[in-house]
Amino acid sequence: MISEETKTLIQPIIERALHQPDRLVLVFVHEDGMQERVSAGEFYREAGLFADSLRNQGLGVDDLVIVVLKHSRELLSAFWGSLLLGSIVSIFPYLTEKLDPQLYMERVKTLVANEGARAVITFPEFKDDLSNLLSNVDCRVISTDDVLGGPKHTGDGFVPSGEFQADKIAFLQHSSGTTGLQKGVALSHVSVLNQIRSLSQALHLSTTDKVISWLPLYHDMGLIGGFVLPIVAGIPLILLSPFHWVRDPKILFTYAAEHHATLTWLPNFAFNHCVRGIRRSDIQTLDLSSLRALISCSEPVRRDSFELFLNRFQEQGIQQGMLQASYALAENTFAATQTVPGELPFYDWIDIKSLQIEKYAKPVVPESEGSFPMVSNGKAIPGTEVAIAGPDGKHLPDRFTGEIILRSNCMLTGYYHRPELTEQVMIEGWFHSGDIGYIADGNVYVSGRMKDMIIVGGKNVFPQDLEAIANTITGVHPGRVVAFGVDDIKLGSEGVIMVCEVDADHLSEQEKKRIESDIRQRIVRETEVVLKELRLVDERWLIKTSSGKIARNDNREKYLRIFNY
Amino acid sequence: MDRNEVITKLKAYICSELLNNADYPIMIDQPLITGGLMDSFSLAQIGVFVEDAFGVYIPDTDLTVNNMDTLNLMADEVIERAG
Repeated sequence: MISEETKTLIQPIIERALHQPDRLVLVFVHEDGMQERVSAGEFYREAGLFADSLRNQGLGVDDLVIVVLKHSRELLSAFWGSLLLGSIVSIFPYLTEKLDPQLYMERVKTLVANEGARAVITFPEFKDDLSNLLSNVDCRVISTDDVLGGPKHTGDGFVPSGEFQADKIAFLQHSSGTTGLQKGVALSHVSVLNQIRSLSQALHLSTTDKVISWLPLYHDMGLIGGFVLPIVAGIPLILLSPFHWVRDPKILFTYAAEHHATLTWLPNFAFNHCVRGIRRSDIQTLDLSSLRALISCSEPVRRDSFELFLNRFQEQGIQQGMLQASYALAENTFAATQTVPGELPFYDWIDIKSLQIEKYAKPVVPESEGSFPMVSNGKAIPGTEVAIAGPDGKHLPDRFTGEIILRSNCMLTGYYHRPELTEQVMIEGWFHSGDIGYIADGNVYVSGRMKDMIIVGGKNVFPQDLEAIANTITGVHPGRVVAFGVDDIKLGSEGVIMVCEVDADHLSEQEKKRIESDIRQRIVRETEVVLKELRLVDERWLIKTSSGKIARNDNREKYLRIFNY
Repeated sequence: MDRNEVITKLKAYICSELLNNADYPIMIDQPLITGGLMDSFSLAQIGVFVEDAFGVYIPDTDLTVNNMDTLNLMADEVIERAG
């Protein structure tokens, strides 16, 4: 679909605009349900307006542009406009009702300062605040009105100044976490093109496919699977708003049915959200049989979520062979593995004890006592090699668990402006993922992770960030807080538990309530994380390490034991 | 439709199903979403529950944080539509 001559992500966009200007690129669905069909010619022209505007403001090749826009046509155009100009672009998550606006703006500022961004593109309502905040930094704040309200462009529109090298950085994908822990994964044109070629092959992509996505574009799954891949490969995309889908998950189905979509990517919790949040009366007559792959990725894939989803939506035409899985990570652009579309989900029943104690995934009779169904994420996609490394770095044989490592032709160039972090994870040409898993007959299974990170609804959460917030609340003993993840079957994801030491014996019930409410509110306003449970415990409840630090895993075990999880 | 009954049922559902604690002491004007007790994902589930329990269909455009942040606000949405 993408010729071997294609060297950059913008070539296919320019060529289609030139030779097939009327070809459908995407159906953009606004939050109010209004749909706009965008052709290749129009798509290029709109992106060109942003490229022009950036160029007029003195921006050029390799300047970093941060896009702070919500679901809108402008978001898409600002991204591609920056690419057309040869700038490096990154999409920043948009402000939500839950976040504290002041803190949010501060975060944009920190990112701009840390990474040396030269421009921020945002809506007019943010322009003044951001301009004030960034007045001491060499960074322009450009509003969408500045771009679209200027003199109307006529004629041929934007003309690129020249060709870029294929190994030039195209964009950054930012990991979550507060700014100290945040990393910008820098990806080159050639890496992204290689990912698109390999994944297209693994998914048997053809021009009859149509992708539908509600995923946010600041995360690899939404950015690559739900945006860059269809646009570059020339497959029509039906793009929905993440906020809209959260509120009303049926829209994924209603628009998929209307447009006969064939592919979509979903984090595991989304399968549960569809089951729990869609009203039967809304979807009775829908036909979803056009979908050939619903690909679960970006958090551990669960058999029970697949089964729930299948049982609930069988009447609408959902079948087992549509349920697919992939192991993906931003550092490999996106997918590292992929199951084969049309094939049934593959479950590897293993003995839990062997996995925990011997670090060996011992196959057992399905559903037997002490067994657990691991869901296969499929095999490595072409161009990517996956292996498992032991603590000494040596590669382990089949079924032994260790760190998942990979090397590929779609690997990150590096963490942007953080060479020391890149060195830590690239060892002898292999990227060390920090995820734990095993391989059996080429199939990759993920069983845990080395980092303390918690994945809640597809979003990575760092317990350190949450603990730091709780530490500042009056009544909590500073430094005597722990946060960790536990399995949440209903959610189909992890839930965050927090345990805080307080002076429990001397506090009134009212005071305890105040502490709980303060912690919950501060955490949601700063991180959007909702704690599944918050326990206020007495002094000396938490276990410390010999060096005096709070032992996160030991406390997690203690919590599970005492509160009978 | 009796307002107290609506609130009692909503509260029971929210505590047991969404907060995983049937005895959780929530007050009728306590912000649940902006207060960090409940995720905005819960709104879709409350939409499903309200239809099953009261036969009331709250359109998705009204299932917003502003309209549904407290038990009182939710009760307004239900009662208004029950006629």
